[in-house]
Amino acid sequence: MSDSNIIPKWLSVGLIPLMNLFLAFCVSGLFILFIGENPFRAISVMIKGAFYYPGAIGYTLYYTTNFIFTGLAVALAFHARLFNIGGEGQAYVGGLGVGLVCLVFDQHVVGFLVTILAILGSVIFGAIWGIIPGYLQAKRGSHIVITTIMFNFIAAALMVYLLVNVIIEPGQMSPETRDFASGVGLVQIHILAKYLGLDIAMSPLNLSFIVALTVSVGFWFLVWRTKFGYEARSLGHSETAAIYAGIKVSSTIIIVMAISGGLAGLVAINELLGVHNKLLLGFTAGYGFTGIAVALMGRNHPFGIFLASLLFGALYQGGTELDFEFSSITREMVLLIQGLIILFSGALAYMLNPLVERAYLKYYGNYSSA
Amino acid sequence: MPESFQLIISLLDSTIRIATPLIFCAMAGIFSERSGIIDIGLEGKMLLSAFVAATATFLTGSPILGLFAAILASCGASFIHGFACITNRGDQVISGLAINILASGLTITLGIALFSRGGQTPPLASEQRFMPIEFPFLDEMSYVPVLGDLFVEVISGHNILVYLSVLAVFFTYYVIFKTRFGLRLRAVGEKPEAVDTAGISVIKLRYQSILIAGMLCGLAGAYLSIAHGAGFGREMSAGKGYIALAAMIFGKWNPIPTLFACLLFGFLEALGVRLEGVELMWIGEVPVQVMQALPYVLTVVLLAGFIGKARAPGAIGVPYSKEG
Repeated sequence: MSDSNIIPKWLSVGLIPLMNLFLAFCVSGLFILFIGENPFRAISVMIKGAFYYPGAIGYTLYYTTNFIFTGLAVALAFHARLFNIGGEGQAYVGGLGVGLVCLVFDQHVVGFLVTILAILGSVIFGAIWGIIPGYLQAKRGSHIVITTIMFNFIAAALMVYLLVNVIIEPGQMSPETRDFASGVGLVQIHILAKYLGLDIAMSPLNLSFIVALTVSVGFWFLVWRTKFGYEARSLGHSETAAIYAGIKVSSTIIIVMAISGGLAGLVAINELLGVHNKLLLGFTAGYGFTGIAVALMGRNHPFGIFLASLLFGALYQGGTELDFEFSSITREMVLLIQGLIILFSGALAYMLNPLVERAYLKYYGNYSSA
Repeated sequence: MPESFQLIISLLDSTIRIATPLIFCAMAGIFSERSGIIDIGLEGKMLLSAFVAATATFLTGSPILGLFAAILASCGASFIHGFACITNRGDQVISGLAINILASGLTITLGIALFSRGGQTPPLASEQRFMPIEFPFLDEMSYVPVLGDLFVEVISGHNILVYLSVLAVFFTYYVIFKTRFGLRLRAVGEKPEAVDTAGISVIKLRYQSILIAGMLCGLAGAYLSIAHGAGFGREMSAGKGYIALAAMIFGKWNPIPTLFACLLFGFLEALGVRLEGVELMWIGEVPVQVMQALPYVLTVVLLAGFIGKARAPGAIGVPYSKEG
């Protein structure tokens, strides 16, 4: 996969991705039409659901937070040409880190400190779940796509086992831990706003969003302004060149996967420290997989990832509104749209290139220079 | 019949039931990956065809038509995969992933729109399904010790698709290793340039391979919803496509070893269900999750080269272009 060098950047990075997105939405619209509903009404319901109702923007940004984390996780690995499908499992195990820290310390240590430790816990546990496939790829040559898929399932089995048999709240039927102590957690924005004298609608949006934005800036710095980022990108461009340049390939792979896993693990702080206040089954809800779509659409750049996360946040939040407004369309429609976006923005990303190149050359260039 | 023997018999019986969709999908995976196309989309194709099989059968009343519709739908998904990663040279993993997520969303959305049952299809009557086939001479065989029981309980009494899955293994073996098409298919997965130089179309060969994979996934889906089950339930493939993928790797992309990997993984699942809540000597109770995770753990260990080396086809995942 490579961007065209015939057409200017604003076409290949700006217009073509938008056209792909447009195609994905058109096909989604056809499906809605096929079901017998009005696609434009569906869009307006989703937009209202995502931005208009009180608290809607808060919900949208809360989903956005998850997608920023998983999107960055996938994108970092992409820079080193590693396909990390394991974001889902890494986020899940990251939740174990949060849960363990909170359950062990929250009765003895001041809440603020526990929260900091829990954030570290999410990163470290997520990182471990990324390091193992990274190590196996670097040292044993196991294909990272396959190992990360396998690790998603292993994580799911592990978490079910632990939540059902080990860290479940005693005397409780549903597989979840006890609530974390009251001082632990990341404050929700609407509560914070109340202290500042502002009255905004209730939503699960919490400080994790600020963490996500900070991490995005850090991501940009790491990838484009540090030696490590340079090494990772060189590895992504050409492994042979990287080896020739004296870059230690296997340790770079392992570190990239560690950071990638750690980023995915941060989903747990938004979900567990920001919203649920306990560790529960299946809290990752597919965010790890959506991260792949986000990274593809965002072209592995933090700003693009922010925009793509916003789009998916709006889709998820707007999608819940579909359940109330339509009898025959539900929020699962969003899954369909997501699949189409991955298809058009990912697998078919360069389908339109020849078309756009030809159109561009016809109007702006002459054939001899191309 | 002693109790422990009875237990083994019933374990083997459920092993076969569980392994059938794995076998179809794993053979599909072999066709696709041997030709150089990674197929993460086994899961999605199976899910989609399970839905289409149940829907078509419910609407027409004929499981045969349901089966054909399932195969058609699955081939459609294969075609999209091919269009993305053979024609447009897109990323094969991303395309497969898109198919899985698409199938997941599409089946639920269409299911709710068509039947308003929360994504399920209406239950099918027994004449609308592929029902168990009883072999002749069951009564006579039941007098034969051991072998007779095996014949009556394990070999006989499955639906037609179970027997077809065994045929699919031999079909895969024969086509891939004993025919000219198979030789070319393997070549195109190892060195597409060589095949191209010999004047054979890489594109056409790869399309053919993934369409065969589509057909096999269609059979797997139909097995789930109109043979083993009596209707479609949301997410009913439940990761089986990924287990099949693991089995294919475990079988090192060879049909016969892959068959045994499928049976092993099927056996582990059957055993896990059976061992739930049972105290074993020395070990204690084995959590069912251990059995669920075991196929994946085994595959990771194998891939890491600790039990032999699993080597993928040489050109796998690399889009082919004549310009190089």
